[in-house]
Amino acid sequence: MVSPETRKQYRITVGIECHVQLKTKTKLFSAVGNDAREAPANTLISHIDLGMPGALPVLNEAAVCLAIKAAFALKTEPQLFSKFDRKHYFYPDLPKGYQITQFDQPIILGGHVTIVVDGNQKDIAITRAHLEEDAGKSTHPSGKEYSLIDLNRAGTPLLEIVSEPQIHSAAEAKAYAKELYLLIRYADVSDANLYYGNMRFDVNVSVSKTDNLGTRTETKNLNSFRSVEKAVEHEANRQIELLEKGEVIVQETRGWDDAKQKTFSQRTKEEAHDYRYFPEPDIPPLDLDPSFIAKIKKDMPVMPGELRQQLSTLQLDNSAVETLVEELQAGRFMLTVLEKGDVHAAKKIAAWLTSDVQAMVVAQKITWDDAKLDGQSMLVLAAMVEDKKVSSTAAKQILEELVLRGGDPLKIAEDKKLLQVSDEGAVGKIVDAVIADNPQAVADVKAGEMKAIGYLVGQVMKHSRGQANPSLAQKLLKEKIG
Amino acid sequence: MSQWPSIADIVQSVEAGKVQATELVRQALKTIEDKQEYQAIIAVIKERAENRAADIDKRVAKGEKIGRLAGVPFIAKDNMLTFGSETTAASNILKGFEAPYQATAIEKLEAEGAICVAKANLDAFAHGASTENSDVMTTKNPHDTSRVPGGSSGGSAAAVVLDMAPFALGTDTGGSIRLPASFTGAVGYKPTYGLVSRSGVIAMASSTDVIGPLARTVEDAALVLDVMSGRDDLDGTTIERDTSPYTTLDVSVKGKTVGIIAEYMDEGVDPAIRKEIEAAVKQLQAAGANIVSVSLPSLPLALACYYIICPAEVSSNLSRYDGQHYGFSHADAKSLEESYNWSRSEGFGDEAKRRIMIGTYVLSSGYYDAYYKKAQTVRTKLVEEFTRAFKKVDFLAGPVAPMTAFEIGKNVDDPLQMYLVDIMTVAASLVGIPAVSVPVAKVQGLPVGLQLMAPQKHDRALLSLAAKIKETA
Repeated sequence: MVSPETRKQYRITVGIECHVQLKTKTKLFSAVGNDAREAPANTLISHIDLGMPGALPVLNEAAVCLAIKAAFALKTEPQLFSKFDRKHYFYPDLPKGYQITQFDQPIILGGHVTIVVDGNQKDIAITRAHLEEDAGKSTHPSGKEYSLIDLNRAGTPLLEIVSEPQIHSAAEAKAYAKELYLLIRYADVSDANLYYGNMRFDVNVSVSKTDNLGTRTETKNLNSFRSVEKAVEHEANRQIELLEKGEVIVQETRGWDDAKQKTFSQRTKEEAHDYRYFPEPDIPPLDLDPSFIAKIKKDMPVMPGELRQQLSTLQLDNSAVETLVEELQAGRFMLTVLEKGDVHAAKKIAAWLTSDVQAMVVAQKITWDDAKLDGQSMLVLAAMVEDKKVSSTAAKQILEELVLRGGDPLKIAEDKKLLQVSDEGAVGKIVDAVIADNPQAVADVKAGEMKAIGYLVGQVMKHSRGQANPSLAQKLLKEKIG
Repeated sequence: MSQWPSIADIVQSVEAGKVQATELVRQALKTIEDKQEYQAIIAVIKERAENRAADIDKRVAKGEKIGRLAGVPFIAKDNMLTFGSETTAASNILKGFEAPYQATAIEKLEAEGAICVAKANLDAFAHGASTENSDVMTTKNPHDTSRVPGGSSGGSAAAVVLDMAPFALGTDTGGSIRLPASFTGAVGYKPTYGLVSRSGVIAMASSTDVIGPLARTVEDAALVLDVMSGRDDLDGTTIERDTSPYTTLDVSVKGKTVGIIAEYMDEGVDPAIRKEIEAAVKQLQAAGANIVSVSLPSLPLALACYYIICPAEVSSNLSRYDGQHYGFSHADAKSLEESYNWSRSEGFGDEAKRRIMIGTYVLSSGYYDAYYKKAQTVRTKLVEEFTRAFKKVDFLAGPVAPMTAFEIGKNVDDPLQMYLVDIMTVAASLVGIPAVSVPVAKVQGLPVGLQLMAPQKHDRALLSLAAKIKETA
């Protein structure tokens, strides 16, 4: 183990490449469905994805539009001119023998992602982002003399986003991955479902005691923020240990073993390919019209940064803000609530979302995607609490019903008999009965034992099945006991 | 005289019910059968052709209109994907490959009633100038069976001259339509790059590959081009076609300037060929054109430039033939590595391997700038020189090749000599302009083609000009 003192002598440097699967209907170069999640193997393929003789790729305009959106999400403009290139290598899940990608003139150059770690804000610069096609999927059943190829994923549009090596800790790496995820999700560029591998991270890690960068390793295919953090942590420690022992770091590709929480060697640089890039002659270069770009910019959705700013008017604590921002449904819903301009109600709704709805999600009663979030009915519910038509406890029951099934909060309150009775006559009758039934408690109150008044209020609530306004009950009890 | 009338006449007869498509297909298949010795045909599409013909006849009988190529049999070069037979590009690595879709050009012709009856021989993957690189056989020149028909569309050109069908399709990457047209006496038309979809055509060099007709007359070639051309959703490099039909050959030649390319008329060219080219150009003068001499100083670099760019693209385009997904796969391979190595080593012929190696070399890191990038610079320079030349002249003219058809076997052991055959055709390919070979005469019994070129998209003007040329006996 590396002591904290030794560790402090080293500066960790991390650059992250992220493959984002774009949410187009069809593939990057063929008119075949792009959603390979549950499709049986080799059913989403055409002669183009199979690399049949004579098959030509034709660029999907929708993928270009999403890349343009990504540029704005990364706070930059897309390049007006970009082009495609072929990257050659042989593998059975790459039927053409080359991958179509963008080599020296990608669609995005520059931009940044803003992260906050321990309260410190920092911009991580983006080197570039380019469009490319995914390869198919190979599986190698153990003990078998064959491998299986599924080409459903071949030709899926990817945007590979490459950061500058400006990340200097595991926590920053995690924060970068998470913020990039939010940007991509809010920009509607990708479904960004990590479970399905919609975003895959490769971390390039090196350590050095000087200003010169050390030899780096690349740990590939991380599909959670936690694994990004842990892989950087483990890799930095491993490298420091090696250096401390006087050994050298081998530049190599490594994998991540999630069960062991360790990186492991996959392929050393000696085996690296000469990819023989050259311009793809089948796809004319992309010459974007500025008015086309301007139109996409105009329709950009609200990004997480702006959402945080808007939520700041509610003076929520930081973790509540992040809970709302991290869930696209919640975040987008809060924007519609904020639009109504009732800060007080918005604050109450934000609290409901971050505590009650979040608890329902944790308890697996519902998912954020399925939650029925309707601004109007939530505002009505907030007003009902404000007007003391329902108690705050009752409001939570109504909220649960609203989120699960939707509906009119007032009607739900009526159906569940949750409306507070604030009519003095009606509550007064119950109070009279409670006083008659509890002479001892009444005596205690008279003797100055004020705890007993709580007991009596409880009895009133019980008799009213929770519908009596408790403060009215207390007021009447005091008056009547005198 | 040919046994086939003009395509327009055939179509008229079929639509009028005077001639049956079934009869035309029978005639084509019989001629193919009778002339097997020329080895022009790799595969016959009998059943599908007969069924299509019978269907057309039925529709004619019902009074339906069939289309602009009603019942016209044709032959496709075997690097174009068609139903009804294997498509192998004359390479062993595609032995047994049956296309799951058809080339757009074939689809467009069929939609107008044309019937593909056979697949023509070619140099494997269109690599060559003689058909001698075919893994199947060498096609013989119809005028002298000891000689090559030119290549790579040698089978298509020979088939047309042998009357197997009214027209055939070829592909031209560096001269593969024009050269065999010149060697066999057919009309061979290479359209502007992108005018005909490449979808379903087995790629050679993607940035210069075009599909074009080989026919007996310019008028027939124009009709076929008119049907095939235009934008295609399956090929992002296709361009808009002319709004006027390419069959309207009324672009006036009067007052137009034709520039004879000085670099193509030097002492490297057989003097007898030079004489015939000069005589042919006089016909254009007689039709009212001004004739001048034009120099394009970078032309001598074109061949070297082509033989870097072309193999670079070839090495990439042939990557997909790896024995894993379709076509030939070595049965004895015990590992992936062996399967790749053995399938490709045995599946590809020598010329494909040569181009894969050259192409891989020029794209390798450390050599890219010295070869591929430099070749692209030369290509840009050629484009500039042609653009400049076309400011002074409307058309360019010269021979297609410095020689007539050579003897089978003469160049097979000398690949460089074989590459030199392309010396006058590669420039138009690199620049992407339309070019045509029209037969003008015979020298010692062997045909000579005049090459005419025009600026990009001036296909209709070029065809109008070519139609003015009459072959002298």
